[in-house]
Amino acid sequence: MSPQVPAAPRPFAESFEETPMLVAVLTYMGYGVLTVFGYLRDFLRHWKIERCHIGREKEEQTGFVPLYQDFENFYTRNLYIRIRDNWNRPICSVPGAKMDLMERTSRDYNWTFDYTGRVVRDVINLGSYNYLGFAENTGPCADAASEVAAKYGVGVASTRQEIGNLDRHEEMEKLVAEFLGVESAMAFGMGFATNSMNIPALAGKGCLILSDELNHASLVLGTRLSGSTIRVFKHNNMQSLEKLLREAIVHGQPRTHRPWKKILIVVEGIYSMEGSVVRLPEVIALKKRYRAYLYLDEAHSIGALGPRGRGVVDYFGLDPCDVDVMMGTFTKSFGAAGGYIAGKRELIEYLRSHSHSAVYATSMSPPVVEQIITSMKCIMGEDGTKIGLERVQQLAVNTVYFRKRLRDMGFIIYGNQDSPVVPMMLYMPAKIGAFGREMLKRNIGVVVVGFPATPIIESRARFCLSAAHTRDVLDRALSVISEVGDLLQLKYFRHKIQPARPAARDAYEDVDN
Amino acid sequence: MRQYRASGRAFDNRSANWVTCFFRATRYRPVSERRQGNKEAPAYHLILEGILILWIIRLLFSKTYKLHETYKLTEKEKEDLIEEWQPEPLVPPVSKDHPSLSYDVVTGPPSHKITINGKECINFASFNFLGLLDNERVKQKALASLKKYGVGTCGPRGFYGTFDVHLELESRLAKFMKTEEAIIYSYGFATIASAIPAYSKRGDIIFVDEAACFSIQKGLQASRSFIKYFKHNNMEDLERLLNEQELEDQKNPRKARVTRKFILVEGLYINTADICPLPELVKMKYKYKVRIFLEESMSFGVLGEHGRGVTEHFGVNIDDIDLISANMENAVASIGGFCCGRSFVIDHQRLSGQGYCFSASLPPMLAAAAIEALNIMEEDPDIFTILRDKSQHIYNALQGIPGLKLVGVQFSPALHLQLERSSGSRDSDMQLLRTIVDYCLERRVALTLARYLEKEERFLPSPSIRVVVTIQQTEEDVQKAVSCIREAAAALLI
Repeated sequence: MSPQVPAAPRPFAESFEETPMLVAVLTYMGYGVLTVFGYLRDFLRHWKIERCHIGREKEEQTGFVPLYQDFENFYTRNLYIRIRDNWNRPICSVPGAKMDLMERTSRDYNWTFDYTGRVVRDVINLGSYNYLGFAENTGPCADAASEVAAKYGVGVASTRQEIGNLDRHEEMEKLVAEFLGVESAMAFGMGFATNSMNIPALAGKGCLILSDELNHASLVLGTRLSGSTIRVFKHNNMQSLEKLLREAIVHGQPRTHRPWKKILIVVEGIYSMEGSVVRLPEVIALKKRYRAYLYLDEAHSIGALGPRGRGVVDYFGLDPCDVDVMMGTFTKSFGAAGGYIAGKRELIEYLRSHSHSAVYATSMSPPVVEQIITSMKCIMGEDGTKIGLERVQQLAVNTVYFRKRLRDMGFIIYGNQDSPVVPMMLYMPAKIGAFGREMLKRNIGVVVVGFPATPIIESRARFCLSAAHTRDVLDRALSVISEVGDLLQLKYFRHKIQPARPAARDAYEDVDN
Repeated sequence: MRQYRASGRAFDNRSANWVTCFFRATRYRPVSERRQGNKEAPAYHLILEGILILWIIRLLFSKTYKLHETYKLTEKEKEDLIEEWQPEPLVPPVSKDHPSLSYDVVTGPPSHKITINGKECINFASFNFLGLLDNERVKQKALASLKKYGVGTCGPRGFYGTFDVHLELESRLAKFMKTEEAIIYSYGFATIASAIPAYSKRGDIIFVDEAACFSIQKGLQASRSFIKYFKHNNMEDLERLLNEQELEDQKNPRKARVTRKFILVEGLYINTADICPLPELVKMKYKYKVRIFLEESMSFGVLGEHGRGVTEHFGVNIDDIDLISANMENAVASIGGFCCGRSFVIDHQRLSGQGYCFSASLPPMLAAAAIEALNIMEEDPDIFTILRDKSQHIYNALQGIPGLKLVGVQFSPALHLQLERSSGSRDSDMQLLRTIVDYCLERRVALTLARYLEKEERFLPSPSIRVVVTIQQTEEDVQKAVSCIREAAAALLI
């Protein structure tokens, strides 16, 4: 075990600037205009004045109950389809710092796409989750994965409990446990499924789950499938969490007032839409005081935060044993696929025998396992080089630089100063499409998100930084962002920074499920 | 309290009884009459007003009652409650000799010859039906893809996680199955578990076979719809349920017009190794206007002349099935899953399939391996006939073993061997079957127990041993395995 490097206590600096009033009004007006036009187009389509591209039910099945409700798809038909070319862009190279996109055009306003056959080369990639730059097709990781693919093949065709448990899986799990500094770990084939299959094994009827407002869909699905009572606390707001904890213990289960069997707090390390980091020291203090259990989902923060890249626990310099269930994914910082859960030996033994994935789901593919092993050893420095540590430091440097430059230019940026996920506010619906397209014209690929992934007036562009981005690449990206920002008038920043959101003691509402 | 006196006297200032004042004041009578009338107040007035006074007195003194119970606790009581509360441990302790705790360790590639716990055995346990796990062509294509794309995709399909291999695999699958469109998922379990809740919501009705696998059960749970189970492969039971539903619909036509109904079956059931009666189901679909979702994980690449699954096996038009879902982890020997059907149906999952939108996409080398497997399946359709012949052979060979009964149909490549007579306790049955498996492992034949989550399954299947047929098994392998099982049964099941 490498010696614990104590992290110098960094001030926790998060900001979520308020939406300027004029911008909010214009955004609502924009959505209003789009809705009116939406109804108009639906009317024209209904009366066959406009050609209808929407899929139709089979002739023989027109008497059946409609599969979709018209209203459900209103947003999709009239708003999403028009700017659909910003998403699902196919790439044909490694998703590294630069990538090659397949050129596609549409003759019917994004209802169908044609591929011209040309490739747009060397597009700067600000969208892939490649925090430590391990998405590469050359180098020690790729070589090791190739060897294993040639020797073992790519499939396993059985589950972990039957005959799919390879020695490589066990080695990888030991390595993950060592990496995180806990007793033991277990890996699964899909990050989403790790949450949705294992939370039901940990909590059930008679348990209480306190979940953050902005938790990921996999956590929400897992908590729902578990059958426990779910209560939501305001995003990163410790007063809200404490009040819920006190009320839960004092009053017990609703109606019967029996004491809760256990209380599980579910939070994420970095929230990918906000760029905020969980207030881990305070959550752990609360958890210890009230004897609750903590489930930490480090999908984005593992490898990306902390002086040694060990995640948000390392970032705050805390003891990993304080977190009861550490969950994370291998997709983002390790360039592989899958997820893991780590913690005490009893927890992992229980999951080995009772997790849905161990019994019914095929185990992980051997080359993917090898990629995880090699990249993890690289980050830990066990391969004899300092490449891993350099990458972790490069990412931290890139993050601070990029955020500072964007803030200086006058954009509104959300989130923690150290988070490599940088959401930049766009607000207006037309700017979502415009920003994505203008950036692509200038050879930069970005991710834009709108409703329903974000609140309706808070659409944003989200940049994911990588250790593979060099200073030149970032400078070029920043100059282009500034140019497009001037073109689309995105520099909303007005020097009215609110301190980090959760400070208000009175802004609290109890939300019972 | 002063008694009310029917006194004909004028208003007495000293009577502070406000009730009396009120009554006197509200009783209007012309002044002239008052003096006369007050002499004889009628009796019913007195009684009525007496009752009213008593009622008001009662109300004034009765306890207040609150609509919801919030009892005010003092701060100290709250602190005491918080101090006293002890939660259960996060997980219950698992005993050291729990059967699912120790896994068999496989060293080396999990292919036809598999090394379990240090012993090299012939593989009768992995779902490697077409023997593609160690096929050289598949490995070469996967390696080429790895050299081009690396391992992971670093993003979901919507955010630069769509590779050209994914698009190619989707179009090849659609072409192979002769449907309009296909959509791929990165995890087999998540395929049907994400597809069901994308279409069926709260208030809709799903008719499911009792032997449905666990991933279907999780999809049903996530959908929050009404679930009605019908007896396994029993069309009369299904018809009865559909009739009942029709009567319900006639009572409430408005609700019926917006309630979607689905039938969910598997092509080849993993738990019972038999086939669903697809032609009857299609008839019922059109008769009762119910959509069919078909789960073909075990039958894709196995049944049908060209391996297209149970629709080809029965000669049913594939457009009659609304959605076909399968995983690519069995015959195709890769990882992941897909759904195929008409574009009208499949396109919806691109925005509402949770496992599709919120999860990273399939690593490109696994997609390339799946494409090559499809190529092999298309080039050489004889492998399906060979597989069916071998399955038939093993089916016949495993009949009549004393103490064990074979569960499944003759062309199913994944059969179950159950105990003829159960001892009454599931644990001891499992242990007995485990001894048979260990006996065979000693003699270099790899079998496995079929594993289930006992507390979570809705209709828990009986304990059994899985016997899987692959086209790589030779005649000698089969003979050896069958004789091994016979010996084991004779030795251990007295």
